Amino acid sequence: MPTVATKSPATLTGSFTPEAFAAHLARVAHLPAWWLDRKRAAYARFAALPFPKRTDEGWRFASLGGLTLDGFAPPATVDFKQTAHREIGVTGAGTLLLANHKLVFHEPISPGLAARGLIFDTLQNALLQHSELVRAHLLTQPSKLGSEKFAALHEAFLEDGAFIYVPKNLEVELPLGVFHYAAGAGAAVFPHTLIVADDHAKVTIADFFRSSHEAEVQFACGGNDIHVGHGANVTYVAMQDWSRESLSFQFNATVVRRDARVLSVNLHSGARQARHESFSQLQAPGAHSEMLALTIAHGTQEFDQRTLQIHQAPNTSSNLLYKNALLDQTRTIFSGLIVVDPDAQKTDAYQSNRNLMLSSDAEANSLPGLEIQANDVRCSHGATSARIDAEQEFYLQSRGIAKPQADELLVFGFFEEVLSQIQNQELHDQLAAIIRRKFKDN
Amino acid sequence: MSLLEIKDLHISIGDKPIVKGVTLTIKQGEVHAIMGPNGTGKSTLAKAIAGHPDYIITDGEVLLDSRSVLAMQADERARAGMFLAFQYPSEIPGVSIANFLRAAVQSRMTEGEELDAAGYYKRLYAKMDMLKIDRKFTARSVNEGFSGGEKKRCEILQMAILEPKFALMDETDSGLDIDALRIVADGVNTMRGPGLGVLLITHYQRLLDYIVPDYVHVMWDGRLVKSGDKSLALELEAKGYDWVKKELAAATV
Repeated sequence: MPTVATKSPATLTGSFTPEAFAAHLARVAHLPAWWLDRKRAAYARFAALPFPKRTDEGWRFASLGGLTLDGFAPPATVDFKQTAHREIGVTGAGTLLLANHKLVFHEPISPGLAARGLIFDTLQNALLQHSELVRAHLLTQPSKLGSEKFAALHEAFLEDGAFIYVPKNLEVELPLGVFHYAAGAGAAVFPHTLIVADDHAKVTIADFFRSSHEAEVQFACGGNDIHVGHGANVTYVAMQDWSRESLSFQFNATVVRRDARVLSVNLHSGARQARHESFSQLQAPGAHSEMLALTIAHGTQEFDQRTLQIHQAPNTSSNLLYKNALLDQTRTIFSGLIVVDPDAQKTDAYQSNRNLMLSSDAEANSLPGLEIQANDVRCSHGATSARIDAEQEFYLQSRGIAKPQADELLVFGFFEEVLSQIQNQELHDQLAAIIRRKFKDN
Repeated sequence: MSLLEIKDLHISIGDKPIVKGVTLTIKQGEVHAIMGPNGTGKSTLAKAIAGHPDYIITDGEVLLDSRSVLAMQADERARAGMFLAFQYPSEIPGVSIANFLRAAVQSRMTEGEELDAAGYYKRLYAKMDMLKIDRKFTARSVNEGFSGGEKKRCEILQMAILEPKFALMDETDSGLDIDALRIVADGVNTMRGPGLGVLLITHYQRLLDYIVPDYVHVMWDGRLVKSGDKSLALELEAKGYDWVKKELAAATV
């Protein structure tokens, strides 16, 4: 490939040099051989793939200049005081707190749930104890949305994360909470949450991403896999709240089987520049994926969201609703594609991106798309951008509410359609608190 | 006792003068009605006093207890004790009435002061009972999908909670049937008293059967051209606005 040949290896790998990878491999040498082989292959892909170019369709409108991989290092093990961070927790069925990939706090699931086969553990433990189960589900879906290089980097350097397996017919009422912390300037973290819900299982997962300090420059390159078995029901709520100086990638792959349902809600709040790729596959009749996202952007943040809904079987449905609120000089990019395979008749797919502009200096880009190969389907997409309504603003102000609080209230009103989908009150409040903080910091 | 003084107020929308010199003093405890045909500047007067940014005050003064409000934002004016009941209240999807009112109450508290949630709800429910509003109402989004009557009742509820010194009521009767009108008027009459000054803006005499004003003013082409007591409203009803027009023409000849 000529583009590769003209660049020195160093510029293609940044801080993630072969030496850094060798050091990483040495740290995880106790893990199964198949996994280490996959990591080596992933590293080779990462090191060979070029950085995204201006002409790449999957990177339209994105700021490529911000995608630097220089100046990062595997983070130090931190002396993490769990108690200081308990306030972000949920009263759940279990909690895992990983700081710089190391498990620093674990609130185990009840013996009753464990006896019924629920697994809630670190990914490393799962790799050692449930190797085949992990192998069948971990990063098995291809990266299709433009970040092949960074997805390969994630796989190569993924050190530890969370593993959730919900056995057949088990319904876990309370949410399981996973917290990924990044600590220290220059820290590079590769969080991963792997969720496998067997047939007719039901579970709610809360995935938190946070930095120890707002001002630290960090690199977060994370992923999650959600496998939803026949008739299963998974709710996945992610809260991306990295430091203001971070570069963030999140890759999601969701596979939904017969009569199964997944609701994913992604809140994007943190990072200097954040890219989120979400890929849902509806594999069998009756499968449904509800893909919801809220972005609250302030300062000069850039949020780049790329989505793919693939309908591979008849009578499947998906509904995507991404809502962005843009303050100050922020930018958002939404690029979504619905693909309906030829035999996926009676597909019902919807895709919508709505942008609320709170500043005339903000910029929202929308690229909705459809690729339909079946003839009996219901598919639609839409994108809107609207300035905050001056009459609504005046109405609130006329009741004594100052403009910043009026705008906050209007943003919450705009987000309510998504927030109201989160049934768990504590989780709902967590999201609201993160959103509210963006107005306080301003 | 508070005073709201409007002094030779001139208001434009864009380059167009709408209000051309209105002078009026309202004392707390008084109810003033401004009547007049459409397009004479009644609503403009109310919105400009409340601080709507689209209305430009080109001359004159509005004083609340001798302090000019013209440099204040709409929210500051509201916190100083003014309230505008809208002719067409905005719909705000996704914001519940409970949260909206809570934010309005909170805006009147000092930095760091905590809202007593239990006390707030107790007061809210008491006002709702007084206005015969179902408590389920608070969970609904502000004005979204409301009937005309519900919107106006929601305005009155806000007024009851915020307890302003002066209420500017812009065409509160528009779009209401007699039953709804009666409910709204009952609400205003319940709040009427030495602590509240009211400026009622209306096109029709009908409202004044239910809220009996202390003073009635007729607005014509951006000016108050006639003032009197409640009998003026009845006279207008009997003779129509053409009567004012003819009188004006006679006076200017």
